[in-house]
Amino acid sequence: MASFKPTKIQIYPQLGAKVTQDTLYWKNYKAPVQVKEFGAITNIDFSPLAPHNYAVTASTRIHIYGPFSQEPVKTFTRFKDTAYSGRFRSDGQLLVAGCEDSVVRLFDVSGKVALRMFKGHTKAVHVADFTSDCYHILTCSDDYTCCLWDIPNSTELTKYKEHSDYIRCGATSKLNKDLFVTGSYDHTLKMFDARVQKSVMTMDHNHPVESVLFYPSEGLLVSAGGRYVKVWDLLKRGQPLVSLKNHHKTVTCLCLSGNGQRLLSASLDRHVKVYNTTNYKVVHSFDYTASILSLALAPEDESVVVGMTNGILSIKHRKTSEEKQGPTGQPRRQPVFRVFVKGRNCVPKQDDFLVSKSAKSHLAKYDKQLKRFNVSKALDTALENRKPEITVAVIKELDRRGTLKNALAGRDEQNLSQLVNFLIGNVVDPRFAPVLVTATEMILDIYKAVVGQSSVVDRQLVRLQELVEREIDYQQDLLEVLGMLDTLFASTLPRKEVPCPVLHCSVLVHELVPFII
Amino acid sequence: MVEHTGIRVVHRGGSKINFREPVITSDSRFLLCGSGESVKVYSTSTEECVHDLQGHTDLVTGVVLNPSNHLQAYSCSADGTVRLWDFTDGILIKTFIIRYHIFSIHVSEKHVGVLFVVVPMANEKGSELFQLVAVHLPRSGDPEVEVGELSAVLCDVSPNPGAVSFGTGGEYIAAAKGLQLEVFFFKKQKSYRFSLKSGMNKGINNSFTCISCHPKEDCIATGHADGKIRLWRNFNQKKEYTYSTLHWHHNAVNTLRFTPEGTNLLSGGIESVLVQWRYTQENQKDFLPRLGAAITHIAVSPDGSLFCTSHADNKITIILSSVKVSAIIQGLVKDDCVRTDLMIDPRSKALVLNGKPGHLQFYSLHRDKQLYNLDIVQQEYIHEQGVDQFQVVKAAFDTHGDWLATVEERRQKSSELEINLKLWSYDEQTQSFVLNTTVTAPHEDQITAMCFSPSPETTLLVTTSLDGHFKAWLLADHSDTEESASWSCDFVGGYHLLKPGCCCFSADGSLLAFGFQEVVTVWSPTSWELLTTLSQPPGAVRDLCFGRLSCSKYLLGTSTKNQLCCWNLLTCSLEWNTPMDVSLLQADPFSENMAAFCSQSGSTDLFVFKPSEPRPLFSKKALCTGKVERAIFAPRDQMLESSEEYSQWLNRSQLYFLTQHMDLMTFSTKTEEDRLLASSKQLMVDDSVAITPFYLLLGRHKQQQQEKQELLTNPLAERTPLPQGSIAIKELLDTPAHVLPSASFLCSMFVRSLLVSSSSARVEKEPAEEEMKSESEEVDSDGEADLFQPKQELWGSAAQDPVEESGAPVLTKAQERELRRVKKLDLSWLSSLLDC
Repeated sequence: MASFKPTKIQIYPQLGAKVTQDTLYWKNYKAPVQVKEFGAITNIDFSPLAPHNYAVTASTRIHIYGPFSQEPVKTFTRFKDTAYSGRFRSDGQLLVAGCEDSVVRLFDVSGKVALRMFKGHTKAVHVADFTSDCYHILTCSDDYTCCLWDIPNSTELTKYKEHSDYIRCGATSKLNKDLFVTGSYDHTLKMFDARVQKSVMTMDHNHPVESVLFYPSEGLLVSAGGRYVKVWDLLKRGQPLVSLKNHHKTVTCLCLSGNGQRLLSASLDRHVKVYNTTNYKVVHSFDYTASILSLALAPEDESVVVGMTNGILSIKHRKTSEEKQGPTGQPRRQPVFRVFVKGRNCVPKQDDFLVSKSAKSHLAKYDKQLKRFNVSKALDTALENRKPEITVAVIKELDRRGTLKNALAGRDEQNLSQLVNFLIGNVVDPRFAPVLVTATEMILDIYKAVVGQSSVVDRQLVRLQELVEREIDYQQDLLEVLGMLDTLFASTLPRKEVPCPVLHCSVLVHELVPFII
Repeated sequence: MVEHTGIRVVHRGGSKINFREPVITSDSRFLLCGSGESVKVYSTSTEECVHDLQGHTDLVTGVVLNPSNHLQAYSCSADGTVRLWDFTDGILIKTFIIRYHIFSIHVSEKHVGVLFVVVPMANEKGSELFQLVAVHLPRSGDPEVEVGELSAVLCDVSPNPGAVSFGTGGEYIAAAKGLQLEVFFFKKQKSYRFSLKSGMNKGINNSFTCISCHPKEDCIATGHADGKIRLWRNFNQKKEYTYSTLHWHHNAVNTLRFTPEGTNLLSGGIESVLVQWRYTQENQKDFLPRLGAAITHIAVSPDGSLFCTSHADNKITIILSSVKVSAIIQGLVKDDCVRTDLMIDPRSKALVLNGKPGHLQFYSLHRDKQLYNLDIVQQEYIHEQGVDQFQVVKAAFDTHGDWLATVEERRQKSSELEINLKLWSYDEQTQSFVLNTTVTAPHEDQITAMCFSPSPETTLLVTTSLDGHFKAWLLADHSDTEESASWSCDFVGGYHLLKPGCCCFSADGSLLAFGFQEVVTVWSPTSWELLTTLSQPPGAVRDLCFGRLSCSKYLLGTSTKNQLCCWNLLTCSLEWNTPMDVSLLQADPFSENMAAFCSQSGSTDLFVFKPSEPRPLFSKKALCTGKVERAIFAPRDQMLESSEEYSQWLNRSQLYFLTQHMDLMTFSTKTEEDRLLASSKQLMVDDSVAITPFYLLLGRHKQQQQEKQELLTNPLAERTPLPQGSIAIKELLDTPAHVLPSASFLCSMFVRSLLVSSSSARVEKEPAEEEMKSESEEVDSDGEADLFQPKQELWGSAAQDPVEESGAPVLTKAQERELRRVKKLDLSWLSSLLDC
């Protein structure tokens, strides 16, 4: 004897992005803290030292923020014009910054006045960075040149004049003190070696380069320019590895996550995208209110700091493990484990008489009614349910049994208005429409004789009518749009000829004599 | 053309067991039922078939116990004979030749030596009128007796055996037909007729459907087509008869039966609910709902301890008198048509087709037994006429049996078609298929064909539909998300808005062919490029089949306009064609052979051929009447070594086909029959215990021990191996408790006696020592000692000291051979058994 099979509740696919490990990880940040700066924020750099302060370059100042304060802990204001690229040295003691007035300034993090001024460029310096041995500084300027400077005696060591347009980005190698890469608006990336005093590798990005980034291993290089993010293999003479086009405006900034497994790119289209560095698929994306110019991640991804064109600095801190549990202070007392296993692990003793009892199956309320063929009651109990999926499943089941009409008929005003209310809420839902449209038709057939007797039901029916008419108009509009899109697609697709070899001319009929008998 | 006589077409299992009422023997140990041309004896406790009583040459139409000897049974058949069997030993005792087409058989204790059979009025098969005749069995020692004496009892009776019943000790016989009930009293030799008013003008059909007489009182219960049950009393006179009406069934009452004491009345119908009415307190009813399918017959054992119901889905349910199901004997479920094709499950090698409504059945061909049912629709089945139910219409396995795809559809009268595509993955842990993905409305119209890609790299499913598209479904891996792998649509294709009718993958999965009406299109499943189109008008393509192995460059197609074409895929040209009305084309997965079933003037011919050779390997004219729509090559578990040319195609696989009348047939060769005969002799074990490899392994061993033990004078009486039914045990139980030793002392001894222990072997050691020593030496010299050794350890593990280790029961040569054979046996059925 088979047991009663409960009504199958259809599982509808969840709309929107799928929940992955990455979405869980990147969503696990608190609400952002926003700080208003004086102008567009062009650069953010985290200090490598323990409290991980970060330098925010905006307008003519560089602010240094602590990890939790919303007020700057330090400010450098000795710039004549817009400052650029405030970066920390690897020991966190010194900070270098370029400026619109072509002077590069070196600061002590604890001091106020510039320790050194490097003068030699003729135009704005957008990039300034320390080399890995900490004694030299790389600068790149709008005068198409880049320079290496010696810190102790603030002299220019070498000047490279290989680019033919503004140089707006550059990065020094963390493993080799002599290597660095620059990206220019002349669409090229050049890798320089200070030992040979010229470029050793040139890569063509095809767009003005906005940002470059070394991988921790420095075998790969990432560059951003235009809408593209490109990855280059340095060990194979700068061969392009991947080209990613996931933004619809210029990509301005690149950044790696703490473990180097994820690449982040920020763009003027107000999005930050997170890529998986093994397959270069977008695994997550953040939305911001304005175009993004700069982006930085704290070590261990503790916070995400984003600077935008409207001067707003947005800081998101990672949720700690206590905060993850949510605001419910006192956790609900769960029944203890003992309650669940009570009597389950009992071993019968020697003289015990065993009475076997089959496990009782629990049926939902509507299933109990369906089992007894009480169709109206089953529909009533299903309507009390909050989830429309369940109610729709019961209506579908009743329809399958051919008893939906019986279940819908014979209702008083209150019952009927409850039913019509449910229909008003769900009949236009595309998931439920096929089932509910039949039910609606049946209701109208059954109760058309008594229309006008109850004002409540009449009002609801009018609402239902309006709803359906609106939906029909909407569908019609959608169909029109679809038609337009179809013509557009049809005209853009190239015509492809189906290969059809000459077949029927050389038909070799091999009559099977014994076959036919 | 030479007809090959070495190959015969034989029925292979799957015959109906619900055609006539089953019979439970008086000791309630066996159940007898007619099954096709034989009578099967099942054990009521283990559900296994114990004997197959063969001898009739046509459909068995009734089985009854011999009222004068409870170990014998009569069976009647459409071949015009009644046979008397000893069902415990499975021996045919006597054959009575009646020379009429017999429809049913009835006996009564009061009429010794007389059988009542229903035969047609005129001795023709097509006759519409039937009569009940009494057959006086001649007393003769001959095994075959001609019966001459026939005397008509009642004229114009229903051929349905449920419509005739004997009353109170055989004093009268009641028969019903149409709207008339007729009661014949043997003493008075007088019959009374009672008729009901026709309710047809009120829309009620109150004609009689079945009848049962109360065994103790004068009361006849009749069932009616409108669901009512009438209890007739006082019917020994024409005028003053009375009847009362019971009504619970909402459709026709199919069967009625009083229990032997007359305290309860059992009834059943299409609702598949067994209703137990209390006699004289009819408002009290017990129900046993959801028995699976419409009840067609109810039988009660003579002692009233067991009921059994047979169902429309070829099933017999054995029910305890406490209204609890105790066992189910399930045959091959055969609907009026097989919507899904015949398939072979690659894992269990079972035949798969749709069974119960909304289920797929897995049927073991070797054991002629249903293994299990897979619930596809997963909905409560409503047993009611006129309800549109979901039906499984297509199913397909991938090459390894890891995935199963099923299509179910429901067509309602007014609204649109509902189609679901379901994909099931095989779960190693539960050893069954688990639902992985459900696709609602995969196509806009009916799905015409579905197949999995045979290539091992991708898991790809292709469906074609009447909406003019084919779709490719791919297993998408979501390793980065929480969800497990699920299926999604990968490609939608079509060809000039034509409707695709069939699809077929090449053997390596690199090509995919679709039949779009008259045009065959060949695609590459990796790039979804249309490679070429082939066509051979006129006539739409009906079936497509790629050649295998050495013939893999050929593509065969059949068209509706009597054409069988073979294209060469290398030159993309037609290699040959021949005018044949091929109703089914089937490729053997293990060889190059193809089987083509051709329907010709009402009967079917079979040709087996290789696409590369112009001569067919085998042909058989007039295989069966009607069209053959379904066939399958099933792999053999053991290869045949036939060297004759005409039967070589049967060496690796066996061809099964379903005829128009839903009979499962196969081809058998002489060597195979010889082998079957040999094995059946080997398995002659008369017990109600099922013959399983375990039985052969343990049971034999135990039996021998038992025999040896009987010879020895055993001081402990209770140490007999079989506890039930033993005299010693009975004695032990009957003896007053205070004279017995303490229970704990007896218990340990009793339990030890049940084990296959070394201690019992220790007793038998002394007499058999000489023999064993020589044997163990032989074994050591034997090459297969490594196989033998662990077994010995298994038996001897209970022995404590090493001296007695050698005294463990050493298997004889014959047993050892048996063991080896058992080891070779295909035990895949075990896995399917475990998840039943």
